[in-house]
Amino acid sequence: MASALDMPGSARRPVYVVDGARTPFLKARGRPGPFSPVDLAVACGRPLLLRQNFAPDAIDEVILGCVNPIADELNPGRVAALRLGLDESVPGWTVQRNCGSGMQSIDAGFRAIEAGRADLILAGGTEAMSWTPLFFRHEAASWFGALGRSRGPVARLKTLMGFRFGMLKPVIGLERGLTDPVVELNMGQTAEILGYLFDVTRPDMDRYAVESHLRLARAQGAGWLGEIEPIFDRDGAPSDHDDGVRADSSLEALAKLKPAFERPFGKVTAGNSAQITDGATWVILASDAAVEKYRLVRLARLIDSEWAGLDPRVMGLGPTRAATPLLARHALSLADIAVWEINEAFAAQVLACLKAWADEDYCRTVLGIEQALGLIDQARLNVDGGAIGLGHPVGTSGARIVLHLVHALRRLGGGRGIATECIGGGQGGAMLLEAV
Amino acid sequence: MGTAVWTAIDGGRLELGHGQGQGQGEAASGCWRQMRDAEGVLWLLLDQPDASTNRLDEAMLEELDLILAEIERAPPKGVVIRSMKRSGFIAGADLGIFRAASDARAVEAKLRRAHAVVDRLAALPVPTVAVMHGFCLGGGLELALACRYRIALGGASLGFPEIQLGLHPGLGGTARLTRLIDPLDAMTMMLTGRPKQARAARRAGLVDVVTEERHVAAAVRAVLAGTHAPRRPGWRHRIFTTTLARRLAAHRMHKETRRRAPAEHYPAPYALIDLWESLGGDPAAMQAAEISSFSRLLVGPTAQNLVRLFFLREKLKAGAKGGHDIAHVHVLGAGAMGGDIAAWCALRGLSVTLADTNPQALGRAVRRAAALFQRRAGGSLAARDAMDRLVPDPKGVGAAQADLVIEAVPENLDLKREIHAALESRMKDGAILATNTSSLRLEDLRAGLRCPERFIGLHFFNPVAQMQLVEVVSHDEAAPETLDAARAFTVAIDRLPALVRSAPGFLVNRALTPYLLEALVLLDEKIAPETIDAAAEGFGMPMGPIALADQVGLDVCLEVARVLRHGLPQPFAEVPAAIEQKVGRGELGRKTGKGLYTYKNGKPQKRARAAEPDPEIADRLILPLVNACVACLREGVASDEETVDAALVLGAGFAPFRGGPLRYARTRGVAETAAALGRLAVRHGDRFAPDPGWETL
Repeated sequence: MASALDMPGSARRPVYVVDGARTPFLKARGRPGPFSPVDLAVACGRPLLLRQNFAPDAIDEVILGCVNPIADELNPGRVAALRLGLDESVPGWTVQRNCGSGMQSIDAGFRAIEAGRADLILAGGTEAMSWTPLFFRHEAASWFGALGRSRGPVARLKTLMGFRFGMLKPVIGLERGLTDPVVELNMGQTAEILGYLFDVTRPDMDRYAVESHLRLARAQGAGWLGEIEPIFDRDGAPSDHDDGVRADSSLEALAKLKPAFERPFGKVTAGNSAQITDGATWVILASDAAVEKYRLVRLARLIDSEWAGLDPRVMGLGPTRAATPLLARHALSLADIAVWEINEAFAAQVLACLKAWADEDYCRTVLGIEQALGLIDQARLNVDGGAIGLGHPVGTSGARIVLHLVHALRRLGGGRGIATECIGGGQGGAMLLEAV
Repeated sequence: MGTAVWTAIDGGRLELGHGQGQGQGEAASGCWRQMRDAEGVLWLLLDQPDASTNRLDEAMLEELDLILAEIERAPPKGVVIRSMKRSGFIAGADLGIFRAASDARAVEAKLRRAHAVVDRLAALPVPTVAVMHGFCLGGGLELALACRYRIALGGASLGFPEIQLGLHPGLGGTARLTRLIDPLDAMTMMLTGRPKQARAARRAGLVDVVTEERHVAAAVRAVLAGTHAPRRPGWRHRIFTTTLARRLAAHRMHKETRRRAPAEHYPAPYALIDLWESLGGDPAAMQAAEISSFSRLLVGPTAQNLVRLFFLREKLKAGAKGGHDIAHVHVLGAGAMGGDIAAWCALRGLSVTLADTNPQALGRAVRRAAALFQRRAGGSLAARDAMDRLVPDPKGVGAAQADLVIEAVPENLDLKREIHAALESRMKDGAILATNTSSLRLEDLRAGLRCPERFIGLHFFNPVAQMQLVEVVSHDEAAPETLDAARAFTVAIDRLPALVRSAPGFLVNRALTPYLLEALVLLDEKIAPETIDAAAEGFGMPMGPIALADQVGLDVCLEVARVLRHGLPQPFAEVPAAIEQKVGRGELGRKTGKGLYTYKNGKPQKRARAAEPDPEIADRLILPLVNACVACLREGVASDEETVDAALVLGAGFAPFRGGPLRYARTRGVAETAAALGRLAVRHGDRFAPDPGWETL
């Protein structure tokens, strides 16, 4: 299929991130939270659009990643566009590449502007993990259908008598959603596999997790998360910060936790995995023409992106398969990347990627490069914390890490950055950016 | 980007009987157009010239009479009556007919003529259908009741608001409605004036079909073909044909009504109940008696004052000439007033940003807004859309985009001036800056501004959703365009603007303060608070001054009194020391659970009164209020009596059936009222001295 990559370099137009905003990420607490997927998108989209200079029909299209839309909000990208007050003529669509959805939407916008098909795009991701439905089993759904079709008291009685109490037991959507249907392993189990294959110990994972929480807490205190817009639910309760953070996190506390996915011997716990949260993120992408027309500020340039597939059993290594070609294509070494964002699905998975990149065998056989890439300096990786502290709303994270990468690069002296994530189902996605 | 699709294909058009084959349109002069459709059904389309809404008047009924005569002579297959105006069916009678009616017999004669036309419609030998969209009120609904069938469009609103004018339905509605639907439901509709929406109207049996424009032609066909049998009265009707059943029901209605509207002040509901109680079993007699009951009410002072008030409201609306370009409002300050102003504007379809440095205050405002939208938006989708339009804006970003900025921060001159200066530097060119101040001088506030011509006062009343009045306050440097736009904006959000000149207390607070202060003086003279409140309620005030002072907050009352005493030459009553001490102890009123009364669950704990209040008490309370109004008129704070009357009724709840303070003075007699003030001044002090304005009233 034709892609912008087939275009000669000269025909490709530069694409900039000019602004962005996200909601605070709110921990799922065992019941549906106060915001639906579109509610979240609208809550951070409103203040973002309020500070721009454009008319309601200036945006060329709206692209929103979302893995679990709800029945009342199908095609949440379009519903959000209308509820945000954009003109009816602005088309909107929704993207699903599992954990990569939020980055895929930005990528789609990027390639459209690059190819000259658009000038101004609103792209992002949203997810309300706490709203993931409980489903009726197929037997129950069929029974309801049969009841609806039964005509007359005799037929209805007959159908009623076919009811079995077992039909009432719901299927937990979240559980099924986080289980790979091809290899029948849940995401946590893939992290256990990586922990074993790359010799990541329990203390390694817990240490990484503690550091993640502390970095997030420090960033909150220092005001380095300016992309967050406070939001209010219908009861007036305000939320203005990621509420999953544990500033008091410690190795001792984490050591007490039991394995979450493979008892009794597993190493991956709830403490060293990403939390289940609700949240949304938007970025505004613009061409040079749009920047001039609307007096926008170029924050960073999107240079390139890459998607890759790999064995679903080790989906956590997705970043290595996606980010490496970016480095190769642009002749960059690890030293050339000022800031990294690797989505923290699991501490085990992040650490496994780091070890993989430092392993000559892996790099030669799997990544097809001559030598090991090297060891990424953790001081430049996930500098303000990540999904372990603030959560991984699956459709959103890809957009969150791109947006935060932009802000972190600008704060830490500019240069190039890579945002990359592993994707359930065995994929990886990566984007290369440069601060302006 | 091109014209929006809906407008281009005329998505909002009305079905007017053209159907498949083109009906022959006969352009008529006057109000009624006639179209005969391909099936031989005659469509009578009402389109009053030079008006945006249809109203019932003599000319329209006389024209209808001629048409009915034609129909009797050459009957079509059926008759459809509907309005050609997008605003709605018929919004009631043209109240100009009722203004200044003084001769009951003349009114009766006119009514009998009108009844004759409507009865003729009801007696037509062909089936008749009324198709109603939008507002179908009062006489319009009575016209529809005279048809055999009624079709309502989704969104239609049907009701009898006559009670709010001190009247009851007078065109046959009392008999026809109680015969058509459950009599208790009918009586409730007429006693409360609350309209029914389309679906509720169908459930009640008031309309036969609820449908959309795209199905009106088919619905008319079905109804005329008889596939919708007209509703037959149920068992409830048969019960209420007995006098005994009606007497029992009427007794309960009496009790309910007495709680809200004393008979001496509001005779209309009692007249209606008596009409139904005595003649509910005999429709013909009831209809005849309705005419004389209506006429008696119309020439009485209550109805005349309430009709006048209706025209005062229209006058306030009409004063808002021209348009306004206000689509986005920025409100600064999410307290009780700011938050509610923001919520109201969002409810009315505007985009609103609400800024406050305190996120808890913002959160409380959002919660109150959500509750308001649940009650008033009309459905959960409309409530959601209103919530989407109300944007909590902790960083105050909205000020740069807004067309109107309303500042509603605490009453502190330096704070307000600082905030206004900061806002002005960020606001876009041409945006209006308004302050909700109730006690600070606009001259002091405008002093540091770069563009004082774009600065005005917009003083809302609490609670915003219930008090229709907004004082639009001008000052020496305000531009006329700014004031015009502010008034147009106020009407657009369904409030009523009263233009006043900047002066301490403006108009309403300046008039209320002596009323409240006198109550405190009376309290200090050891008169029971319940007695004081009873005296005011007996006069017709909806809430006595003691309860009102507690509601507003004693600290606020004292502060306003201090500002007025300081800024005005007129003498004010001294605040009794005991009250100052109360405030010092934190007993501020309802908000602290204790003030002049003690409060439980927000309700004042009142003792049963021992005796009737001394008649002088009411005068001591009300006359200073009237006196202040006279002063405001003389000083030019308000430009005319009608603005003063409307403002005090709509902003302070001054006894509506009395028409307002100045109307009351004229009814009582200007000289006699001034003299009464003089007598009170001799007995109780110069705070009662009549203002010089009485001489020129």
